[in-house]
Amino acid sequence: MAAHGATATQHKEPLSNGMLGFILFIASEVMFFGGLFAAYFIARADSAQWPPNDVLEAMKAAGTSGPNTELKLEVALPLIATCILVLSSFTVQWAVMQIAKGNRTGLIWGLFISIALGVTFLTMQMYDYSQLPFSSGDTVWATAFYTLTGFHGAHVGGGIIFMTVCLVRAMGGQFSAQHHEAVEAASFYWHFVDVVWIALFTTLYIVG
Amino acid sequence: MASIAIPKQGGYSRPLILEWITTVDHKKLGILYLYTSMFFFAVGGVLALLVRTQLAVADNHFLDNHAYNQIFTMHASAMLFLFIIPIWAGFGNYLVPLQIGALDMAFPRINALSYWLFPPAGIIMFSGFLVKDGAAQAGWTAYSPLAKTLGTGMDLWIIAVAMLGVSSTIGAANFLVTMFRMRAPGMTMFRMPIFCWTMLVTSVLSLLATPVLASALTMLFIDRNFGGNFFDPNGGGNAVLWQNVFWFYSHPAVYIMILPGMGIISEILPVFSRKPLFGYKAFIFATMGIGGLGFSVWAHHMFTTGAVLKPWFGFMTGLIGVPTGVKMFNWLGTLWRGQLTFEPPMLFALGFVSMFLIGGINGAFAAAVPVDFAIHDTYFVVAHIHYVLFGGSVFAVFGGLYYWFPKIWGRRLNDRLGQIQFWLMFIGFNLTFFPMHLLGLDGMPRRIATYNDFNNWQLLNMISTSGAFLIGLSMFPFAAAVIMAFMKPKDQPNDPWEANTLEWATTSPPPVHNFDEIPEIHSERPLFDLRHGTHSNH
Repeated sequence: MAAHGATATQHKEPLSNGMLGFILFIASEVMFFGGLFAAYFIARADSAQWPPNDVLEAMKAAGTSGPNTELKLEVALPLIATCILVLSSFTVQWAVMQIAKGNRTGLIWGLFISIALGVTFLTMQMYDYSQLPFSSGDTVWATAFYTLTGFHGAHVGGGIIFMTVCLVRAMGGQFSAQHHEAVEAASFYWHFVDVVWIALFTTLYIVG
Repeated sequence: MASIAIPKQGGYSRPLILEWITTVDHKKLGILYLYTSMFFFAVGGVLALLVRTQLAVADNHFLDNHAYNQIFTMHASAMLFLFIIPIWAGFGNYLVPLQIGALDMAFPRINALSYWLFPPAGIIMFSGFLVKDGAAQAGWTAYSPLAKTLGTGMDLWIIAVAMLGVSSTIGAANFLVTMFRMRAPGMTMFRMPIFCWTMLVTSVLSLLATPVLASALTMLFIDRNFGGNFFDPNGGGNAVLWQNVFWFYSHPAVYIMILPGMGIISEILPVFSRKPLFGYKAFIFATMGIGGLGFSVWAHHMFTTGAVLKPWFGFMTGLIGVPTGVKMFNWLGTLWRGQLTFEPPMLFALGFVSMFLIGGINGAFAAAVPVDFAIHDTYFVVAHIHYVLFGGSVFAVFGGLYYWFPKIWGRRLNDRLGQIQFWLMFIGFNLTFFPMHLLGLDGMPRRIATYNDFNNWQLLNMISTSGAFLIGLSMFPFAAAVIMAFMKPKDQPNDPWEANTLEWATTSPPPVHNFDEIPEIHSERPLFDLRHGTHSNH
C-alpha cells in the first residue's frame, strides 16, 4: 500500500458528484428531444404523403398558405454545416486532452476554435432559415422542421455560452491538469448537441 | 483527512426574512416546500368546494360554464402540479439527507433554484384569472385542439407547468446524486429507508418523463403562438399526438404522485406495529417494477381514441397491478400480529392502505378495455383518481405531517385533534367520492357544469357535495392542532415514536449541520439497533 500511497492521493473518483449530476441533466435533455422526435415520427406515420404536399395544396386552396410555398429542403449547405459541427466535437475533445496534460495554451486554442466553429454553424443555420421556401405554419412537416432544428440551434447557443465561460476561465488560469471539470462538462454537452444534430440531419435530410 | 467546516450556530446574523430567502439548507427549503404546497392545497380545496357547490343540485346557476371550466381546471392543476408533486419534494428535501446521514443535498444551490421556481410558477398559473377570457379551461390534461383555441390563460398555464417541470427535473437529478453519493458510512443502498427508495424511483421517473412533458408543452405553445400544426388536423397535424406525448409523461407522473406516499406509510406502519417492514427488499423491487412498467401503460388513457394497441396497453396495465399488490402484502404482513397503536400517523397510514386498495381495484376495472369504453370520461374515472390521489397521497401527506412534525418543528401535534381530523376526513372522503362510482356507471360525464336530475343524480351529487364540505371541515382540527403546537415550547425528544430510521438519531429539530454524531449503521433500522444493541441480519 505504501508504494501506491503517492498515486492514491492523486487518484480521482471516476465521476464526481457534479459530473454525475450533469450526466443526469443530459439524460433529461435526451428525453426532451426524444419527445420532439417521437412527435415527428408519429406525424410522419399518420400522413398520406411526406412531406405532406396534399395538405399544403388544401391549405393553399383555403388561403392559409402562400402560393409560392414549397416543402423542400436544400442539402448542400446543411451538409457543410454538419461537417463543421462534427469537426468542432473533435476540437473540443482535443482541448480537454490538452488540459489533462496541463497544456493551458492548447486548451484556450481548442476552446476558441470550437466556439468559432459553433458560431459558424449557427450563422449557416440562420442563413439557411432565411432561404427556405416555407414558414413554420405551412403544414405539420414545416412546424416539426423548425421546432426540431430551432431547439437544436438553441442548444448549440447554450453550448457556445458554456464553452465561452470555460474560455474566459481558462484565460484566467483557473484550469489545470487536475482541475478542469467544467471543461469536461462543456465537452460532454457539446458532444450531446453534436449527436442530436447527426440524428436530426439523418432524419430530416437523408431519410426525409 | 478532509475536514468539514461546521457553521457556528448563530454565527451570522441577518434578518429572518433574508435568511429564509437566501437559504440553501435542505431543511429550510424542505419547510418552504411544505408551507407553499399546503398553501396551494388550501387554494385547490376552495376551488373543489366551488365545483361541488355548483354540482350540489341539478340545473344550478351558481357558476356559469365559463367560470366552471376555469375552476375545475385550476383545481386539478393546483392539486397535482402545485401540491402533490412539490410536497413530496418538501418531505424529500427535509428527510432524505437526514435519513441517509448526509450534511445536505448534493447540490444545495440547485436545490434552492428548484424551490424558487415553484412559487412564481404558482403565481403565473393563477394570474390567468386576471387576464381576458380567464384562466386555463382545458382541464389539467389540456387536450388539443381545444387547448389551441383558448385565451391567454392557457399560455400562462403552459409557462407555469414548464417552470414546474424544470424545477422537478433538476430536483430529481439532485435527489439521485444525493442518494448515490452522499450516504453515511455503513448506509448501503439496501439499508436506505423505504422513503428514500421511493424518492429515488420517483426521481428517475421525474428525470426521464418530465422533459417529455416539456416537449409536449413546447409543441402546444408553438401551435398556439407561432401558427404551428402539431395538433391541428387542418395543417396535417394530429390531435391524438398531444395525448400520446402528454400521457407519456402524465402516466409516470401518477406514480410520481403516489410512490413517495407509499414510502411515507411504509415508514409509519412498522413503527406503530412495533415490527420491521415485512419484505423490505420485495418492497424496493416492487417500487422499481412500478417505475419501469409505469412507462409502458400511458395509452390506457386513450383506449377510446381507437389509435392505440389496446391489448398491449390493457395487458401492461394489468401487469402493473402485480408489484402494487406485492406492496399491499408488505403492508398487511407488517400489520399482521403487530402491537398496533392508533396515534394519528397510524390512522392516516391505515386510511391510505384501505382507500388505495379501492383505488387500485377500480383502476384495474378501468384498465379492462371493454369496461373502459363504458366508463371513459365519466365520474367513475373521477372516483378512481381521487381514491388513489386523495385516499392515497393526501392521507399519506397528513400521516407524514403528524409523524415528522415533532422532528421538523420540535413539537407534537395533538393526538385527539388528529383523530378527529382523520375520522372527519375519512368519512367525508368516502361520502364525496364513493357516489361518483355510481354516477359514473350511470353515465354521468365529468367536466360538465350542470346536469338534469336523472336517475337520482341529484341525490348522489348532494351526498358527494356534503362529503366535500365535511373534508373542508376536517381541516379545522388540523389547523387547530398546528396552532396549539406552535404555542407550546419545543419539547420533543430525539425519537418520540421509538422509530427505526436515522433522522430520529439527531435532535428535534436537528441542528444546522444535521448530526453531532451519526450512530453506526448495521441494518436498515439503525435506531432500533441503537436502542436494543442488536444487529439484525440483513
